[in-house]
Amino acid sequence: MGFLNNINFKRLKEGLTKTRKKIFDNISEAVSGKAVLDETVLDEIEEILISGDIGLETSTKIIETTRNQLKNINDRTYENIISNLKLVMKNILLSSSNPDISNISKDKIAKYAPYVILVVGVNGAGKTTTIGKLANKFKLDGYSVLIGSADTFRAAANEQLDIWAKRANVQVIKRNPGADPSSVAYETLSYAKTNKIDIVIIDTAGRLHTKQNLMQELEKIKKVIKKVVIHAPNETLLVVDGNTGQNAIIQAREFTKFIEITGLVVTKLDGSAKGGVIFQICSELNIPVNFICVGETMEDLQSFIPELYVNALFN
Amino acid sequence: MLEDLTLKLDKALKKITGQGRISEQNIADSLREIRRVLLDADVNYKVAKQFIEDVKSRALGKEVLASVTPGQLITKIIYDELALLMGGRNAELSFNPSGITVILLVGLQGSGKTTFSAKLAKYLALKKRNVLLTAADVYRPAAVDQLKTLGSQIGVPVFSAEESKDAIKISADSIAYARENGFNTVIIDTAGRLHVDENLMDEIKAIKEKVKPTEILFVVDSMTGQDAVNSAKAFHDSVDFDGVVLTKLDGDTRGGCALSIKAVVNEPIKFVSMGEKPDSIELFHPERMAARILGKGDVVSLVEKAQQQIDSREAEDLEKKLLENKFDFDDFLKQIKMLKKMGSLKSLLGMIPGLGTKLKDSDIDDKQMIKVESIIQSMTIKERQNPKILNGSRRKRIARGSGNSIQDVNRLIKQFAEMQKMIKMFNSKSGKKMMNNYKNLRIN
Repeated sequence: MGFLNNINFKRLKEGLTKTRKKIFDNISEAVSGKAVLDETVLDEIEEILISGDIGLETSTKIIETTRNQLKNINDRTYENIISNLKLVMKNILLSSSNPDISNISKDKIAKYAPYVILVVGVNGAGKTTTIGKLANKFKLDGYSVLIGSADTFRAAANEQLDIWAKRANVQVIKRNPGADPSSVAYETLSYAKTNKIDIVIIDTAGRLHTKQNLMQELEKIKKVIKKVVIHAPNETLLVVDGNTGQNAIIQAREFTKFIEITGLVVTKLDGSAKGGVIFQICSELNIPVNFICVGETMEDLQSFIPELYVNALFN
Repeated sequence: MLEDLTLKLDKALKKITGQGRISEQNIADSLREIRRVLLDADVNYKVAKQFIEDVKSRALGKEVLASVTPGQLITKIIYDELALLMGGRNAELSFNPSGITVILLVGLQGSGKTTFSAKLAKYLALKKRNVLLTAADVYRPAAVDQLKTLGSQIGVPVFSAEESKDAIKISADSIAYARENGFNTVIIDTAGRLHVDENLMDEIKAIKEKVKPTEILFVVDSMTGQDAVNSAKAFHDSVDFDGVVLTKLDGDTRGGCALSIKAVVNEPIKFVSMGEKPDSIELFHPERMAARILGKGDVVSLVEKAQQQIDSREAEDLEKKLLENKFDFDDFLKQIKMLKKMGSLKSLLGMIPGLGTKLKDSDIDDKQMIKVESIIQSMTIKERQNPKILNGSRRKRIARGSGNSIQDVNRLIKQFAEMQKMIKMFNSKSGKKMMNNYKNLRIN
């Protein structure tokens, strides 16, 4: 639980400030001028939600739910509208029943050791960087951590992972470019087993979800690592670039068809992008957001707490 | 590529097909649907709104001529608007006629700059330019290694300074190096940066001041959502880039950000990039993209791709053989190899009009081609030239040799026989007449 007690709220808020400013300054602009909630206000809210990549369908749902709740309430002040909207949005993010890996207990890790985390995603989402930060977090929590470099495709993937591993002070198992990613994963787990490693993180090559053969490769990795560690992978994290629009939902859907995704990591939220697609991914696919990245340093990987996220957006 | 958008527009347009004149009422539903389509495609909210207004004002009151349906009319209007919005023309790279052409690549993290810089280098090298790649990403771990590896794959030298953390100096030094060593083109790969990061935006401005690029290209992930307009605008305000590169178009993104960015910064989209192989780069053609969005396919791209990859002499040979009914397994194998050079089967078929939307859920497996290849390669030369001699024991041997089942072998031989029959038919008089009819067909 170490780093959980250590959440850098300030950084999270700083990172989200631009996001917050964008969406919710606009919302307050939209609602504060009017005492009574009318259709134009809701239309304006729709624009603001959609501009935050929440998507037309989900935005419409959020607004409908809020509107229904407000029907029975006479108090339609700005504060009340916002707190209702906030509640509706928070509930969506809390709706996933999947456990949150950032919340994992020492007992659970001890029970499974090696606890295996597979990290997947499209090209350029930020998988390797996320893994570096993740390894660092777990290491600081006092676990022994091993990384498997199963991205044998991209040029210099090994080197990049090496540098992150050095920063986090953890070991990497790697093979030459072009090697079978499954075999690297296999060797990583064998090594972890012999050396009693607590947590294994496996990096994979970026793959577009439209590439059938690459997606099947994921299935194979899963099959092969099960031969060493029957419960592997304990978690499969999908890394999504926070700049991504509605395609992120399709990515999540497609990856899910080949490998069970247990959680999301949303990266690059320190820009002006809002990452609003997570609302639909949570509600439609029951995949919770486990972590968000709000910067490039080690501390910028934050455990995702829906309440905090939505509140940070509104404050 | 943009099949989803096409599918939905088709659905919306069906609603107004078969009505006499376009009115506020009969177009309302369709416009709402088009708005939904655009928003789902990540077209920026405001851009989508403007687009709908434009389409509406152009469509209202239009009398539907007897020869076209309202659907076709609206399609035409949307097509024109889309093409207009995305550029209305294609814009080529400009070169420095007297000195070194410097191309500076900028963009957010993970947009695909490094991969694209190698693709661009290969593309320009093929155009007989003497290209130097500069590794000016001093932040991302192993970014320099990545570019070096890619450079050696495509045979383009990479300028780097391992110890240096000064991207401005590296960039300037690379130009000097290029001058001394006879390069006429330098492509500078810079670090990914967020448009809100003032320090890094200052750095890119400084690089621009120092090297005075001929072209600055903004590289953007085609899956980007609503915020594309913000990052594009901020980069444009800082470095006033000359063009846009859309990457990862081989995903199923609907690429709405192409519309948005063009609308906001009014710079042309110059390249689209798909796939991880160094030759998967194409010039951007707004008309084709618009046509593609509307489900009319992209035959021109397909033809160009084919021209690039197919050896014209081999093609002539093949044509001759076809005309003489001498098409054998060896020719078939050659054909498969040519096709493979052009890219994945699915991406090729996606360019064929009318097929794009239908392919969406089908599994076209490139492995099938490999299977066919392996079977043919397990045949003797005699067997390839004269498939008639393929008896049971030969087929068994081929199956074993190629690691396929005997059924697979039988199927291929049967299909090949049918193909030969078809070729014969086309060579007959009636076949030729049929082909001529095809040539005269006009595609609306």
